[in-house]
Amino acid sequence: MTTVDTSKSGGAHGGHGGHGHHGSYLEPRSSFLATIWDWATTVDHKKIGVMYLFAVLFLFFVAGVLALMVRTELLTPVRFVDGKVVGQELFSLFYPGEEATSVNKGNTVYNRIFTLHGAIMVFMVIVPSIPSSLGNFFLPLMIGAKDVAFPKLNLLSWYIYVIGSLFGIAAITQGGVETGWTFYTPYSSNTDFGQVTLMVLAAFILGFSSILTGLNFVVTVHKLRAPGMGWFDMPLFVWATYATAIIQVLATPVIGITLLLLCLERVFKIGIFDPALGGDPVLYQHFFWFYSHPVVYVMILPGMGIISDVLAVQSRKHIFGYKAIAFSSLGIAAVSFLVWGHHMFTSMGEIASVVFSGLTFLVAIPTAVKVFNWISTLYKGTIALNTPMLYVLIFLFLFSIGGLTGLPLATMSTDMHLHDTYFVVAHFHYVMMGGTIMALMAGLHHWWPKMFGRMYNEFGGMVGAILVFVGFNVTFFTQFFLGTQGMPRRYASYVTEFQTLHQISTVGSFILLLGFLVHLFVFIHSLMAGAKAPKNPWGGLTLEWVADSPPETHNFPHEPLVKNGPYDFESTVPPHWDPKDYPLENAGAHKH
Amino acid sequence: MSTVNSTHEHQSSGGGVPYKKYKHAHHWRSQSEEFDAVKLGFWLFLATEVLLFGGIFCAYAIFRMMHPEAWKEGSSALDWRWGGLNTVVLLLSSYTMAASIFAVQTGQFARAKRNLLITLFCGCLFVAIKMTFEYIPKWSGFFFILDPSLATYKAAAVEGKTAFMGLFQYVEGYGGKRPGELFTHPFAKDPNVPMWWSVYYSGTALHALHVIIGMILIARVYIKLGKGHYGPTYYSGVEIAGLYWHLVDLIWIFLFPLLYLIH
Repeated sequence: MTTVDTSKSGGAHGGHGGHGHHGSYLEPRSSFLATIWDWATTVDHKKIGVMYLFAVLFLFFVAGVLALMVRTELLTPVRFVDGKVVGQELFSLFYPGEEATSVNKGNTVYNRIFTLHGAIMVFMVIVPSIPSSLGNFFLPLMIGAKDVAFPKLNLLSWYIYVIGSLFGIAAITQGGVETGWTFYTPYSSNTDFGQVTLMVLAAFILGFSSILTGLNFVVTVHKLRAPGMGWFDMPLFVWATYATAIIQVLATPVIGITLLLLCLERVFKIGIFDPALGGDPVLYQHFFWFYSHPVVYVMILPGMGIISDVLAVQSRKHIFGYKAIAFSSLGIAAVSFLVWGHHMFTSMGEIASVVFSGLTFLVAIPTAVKVFNWISTLYKGTIALNTPMLYVLIFLFLFSIGGLTGLPLATMSTDMHLHDTYFVVAHFHYVMMGGTIMALMAGLHHWWPKMFGRMYNEFGGMVGAILVFVGFNVTFFTQFFLGTQGMPRRYASYVTEFQTLHQISTVGSFILLLGFLVHLFVFIHSLMAGAKAPKNPWGGLTLEWVADSPPETHNFPHEPLVKNGPYDFESTVPPHWDPKDYPLENAGAHKH
Repeated sequence: MSTVNSTHEHQSSGGGVPYKKYKHAHHWRSQSEEFDAVKLGFWLFLATEVLLFGGIFCAYAIFRMMHPEAWKEGSSALDWRWGGLNTVVLLLSSYTMAASIFAVQTGQFARAKRNLLITLFCGCLFVAIKMTFEYIPKWSGFFFILDPSLATYKAAAVEGKTAFMGLFQYVEGYGGKRPGELFTHPFAKDPNVPMWWSVYYSGTALHALHVIIGMILIARVYIKLGKGHYGPTYYSGVEIAGLYWHLVDLIWIFLFPLLYLIH
């Protein structure tokens, strides 16, 4: 064994749990219904992770379709021709049979669609994406545990997530919401349009799911590490997930009370956020961003964890600056709580704005520490340029652009010009999509063989990755230009000078769609006809590669005993070793 | 273990077994590790509860700063004696809760059950006092006839009174102290008094909801204790119900002076 000694039980094992082979966690039950029931009532973190993964990917598809509708509408500016509205033909689907004589209807549909895109992407896709799917699956495996600390609670958070998403879908089908995903008051508290209360409740419920998952992970990391695994023997994905979990636990309750007060405001008119009743709408923004800014790091930190692990394995080199990366995760988590004010530069005093601007720059430091360490890891590494690695490189490229374009937004003088323009839209898409989603894709390809026991088609994966990369840049890089030229965000129409850039952006979004469809096809093909995956296709040294592909129900036949660090490639892997040549069973390994 | 679905068998976490036979869930090395983890998890959960109420306290502080006159007027409408009585009730219940945990740890089950019952009774009393003597009169102007302050208010009432359901009496001009737009109290001096009531009702109602959830937890512990599920070697359920109850108490300890005592 490379990393661990699984041949004898780890001593303090309590004497129960896997003796003999259990079979893969994916093994179906006696009948179809029994299998469904088994999955619906499972407390196995792997099954729950897979269920999250498919739910998240489905909602990602839904939100993607909504984004494409937005982009399609923006192909041409809205204008009147012979007293009829032209440029919003797509939206006539939403009010069939009626002829559009004013832009109001189309604009309302536009507002609804971008709100739903944002709300679904933030609350239902990006926040739970990596922690709840890959985190759930791999956190216990990576620390050599049989499950998360509270398996039933884990199942409960899954059901809360489903209920929250159903509330969201109900809100969409019952009229939708047009407040934007931030639900700013007093518009959100006073508007009669649509189902704001339902959507806000959905976000509230999803918050509970997030809290419970985070709580579970913190306790898991503290209490369930395998014998021999100290804090600094943990893979960096575990560190990142741990930092994420702390933010989830500490930030989410604040959005909970905020959304609850917003619901009370709408139902009982308590007026806390309504200036007409003596309330303060800026207080809503403070509350909202006190959660929603840290949550930006809930979105990106697990992605950074994936990058650290995939990058080290695929370039077969000890990660450069292990502790620097681990502590920068915690540093980002800490700073994340101090920067919320940069969303309200115009509604705070001068001194507060300067302070928040300065604190915002601080985030760049731990982030840059990570990026430099990743690039240093690549230096003289044995880089395997496959789909996960390609996505890592895409991440580094896109995330650096996303991070650096954050700086002019943190600088007050430039922010005055760029605020609420497409520059902001491009910036956060580079971070959220170019960061988190690209990291998710890297992790998904890297761990796909482990999760489902089958290899994916490497050529297909590469083609998909290249299409996504090209499509993404064509879509969003143009938006930096649009923003600096003054195109405001959230507008259904624009002056004709912007049309060329908007059209390039729209073409890019369809290339992006094509890329993801290629990935979908590759994944389906892999599940149906993929080659059987070996235990350790990439030569990783972390514990999940010791488990079977796919892992058995209890993860490991015996509790693993950690003998070497997660990235000790130099001491455990022979030079020029290729995973295809022979399995890595014989490489001797000693801790440090 | 040769059974395929052993996951489920190991997951009972003491669901239907006497405490002596309690076996920790399959993914823990020992029962004490499991207990430590449960406690750590629950403390984290309590942190989220504190942050949840943090929003209310923050709103209190900001609006107090924005509308000090409204805060003065609003808080003077609260009777510190009812708040004080409820504080005593909750403190007593916290003591009996702690005593019942100690009793379970030392195997004195009758004593534990007695203390749990007193805790439950105090919880009910808290909610009853809150509803009968505070929420109902302020919201609607209907006073419970045994309310000692009724005589005072009747004397000061604008116009007569009407009996209601035998147990309640209506005092004209007293009610209508409601949050936000629902505010109809005719004698408010400061236009922002409805804000005060918004914060008052949000805070105390959210707290009362936590009291009720705490009572449900304690009732569950009481029933499981009756079935012999807890004892000196296994009592995590009792302990976390206790932790939750102390949190409920703690939040009231902050709400009480902020709402009732300072003007």
